[in-house]
Amino acid sequence: MEPTISFFSGFQLSDLWYLAEAAWRTLLISACAIAIGTTLGAVFGWMLYEGKLAATLTLNPILDVFRSVPLIIQLVLFYNFAPIIGLNLDPFMSGVVILSIYCASLVANVARGGMEAVGKPMRRAARSLGMSYWQDLRHVVLPIGGRAVFPSWVGVALGVMKDSALVSVLGYIELLKASQILVTRTQEPLLILTIAGAFYFALSYPISRYAAALEQRWST
Amino acid sequence: MFDYNFHWRPVLKNIPDLLEAAAVTLQVAVISMVIGILIGLVLALTRMHLSGPARWIASTWVEVARNTPALFQLFFFGFGLGAMGVHLSPYVIVVSALSFNCAGYLAENFRGGFQAIPTTQFRAARSLGMTVWQSYTRIIIPQVFRIVYHPITNQMVWAVLMSSLGMLVGFRELSGETQALASRTYRIFEYFAVTAVIYYAVVKIILAGSRLLAMRLFRY
Repeated sequence: MEPTISFFSGFQLSDLWYLAEAAWRTLLISACAIAIGTTLGAVFGWMLYEGKLAATLTLNPILDVFRSVPLIIQLVLFYNFAPIIGLNLDPFMSGVVILSIYCASLVANVARGGMEAVGKPMRRAARSLGMSYWQDLRHVVLPIGGRAVFPSWVGVALGVMKDSALVSVLGYIELLKASQILVTRTQEPLLILTIAGAFYFALSYPISRYAAALEQRWST
Repeated sequence: MFDYNFHWRPVLKNIPDLLEAAAVTLQVAVISMVIGILIGLVLALTRMHLSGPARWIASTWVEVARNTPALFQLFFFGFGLGAMGVHLSPYVIVVSALSFNCAGYLAENFRGGFQAIPTTQFRAARSLGMTVWQSYTRIIIPQVFRIVYHPITNQMVWAVLMSSLGMLVGFRELSGETQALASRTYRIFEYFAVTAVIYYAVVKIILAGSRLLAMRLFRY
């Protein structure tokens, strides 16, 4: 009997480990991007809030570009632009840079909203109690404004986590890319995609429910 | 600093092709939004008024659409359904995935909109002798529409941006066309830069159009 060669092998337990590793990389790149993006975004938000006219004329249009161009285009553009200016970035770094800026452009609006949510009288009261500008920001604006926009910040962060799937176009092997690789080998797209989707869902759903519950509790 | 010669001519020569592809992008986004709005309405009403399996299906739809990456949904409609023997063309894949996603997000917006209308409105309409259908289409939905108009505009922008993922399932909308053209000439950066500008313009036109429409619709 002719020996047959099989190009495809079934889904094994070790593949689950492979997916778990990829899921870890998804978490890693999202965590980096969200951390950097939130910090940058908070600073941008503060600039938008304080430097009203100057910021609306300069910073806002720039951030607007990152919100109005598809993330996938931004990633491809940056990945091909970096070598032009002499930067040699691997897909992970490129992904972190673009996801961070993208996250920052979204967080900036959230942060500005948070600062606007703190009433002027409250801030004047803080200042007249002898607090410095920074003390006022740190001890009055941050707790009150942060609480007001925390749910929308969670929404942005989860959005960035989901959008990190797009870094796969640069060749970074995160969860979705790993599932594509496995699909090519095992030819079982339904099972593998379901596992990948279940992972995203398991990560995103509890957090979004938690944020919704917090919003409900804080609004009453 | 620049060791790179920018070649814009091949891109400029192909701008008519890109604009044609942009029209496809817009068309896909509009069709998905129309389907998404209709399904979203059904989902929102189902979640509010029905119980049992119908409610369960609607809730699952909304939560899956909101808690998994759009790219995952696209792959699922592309490869996942392919495994079940349902082979769709790239156009149908993109439209169905976008509709699925938009319906999920819009359903939550619609639910918020419906909850903002006092139930007494419905009762008043009913006691004036209107049928259920009449009170919904003439009293409730016009008011809800006003509330959800802004979220719908945002979702429309998201639909345009998300349609760029079509490039990963071989659909020749703006991004897919750009990639195809870019790989022919290796002017990847130049092509994607022009595409980014086109996307930005499309988004701005949509926002301006929606603002004009709002001025006309909500005069009172």
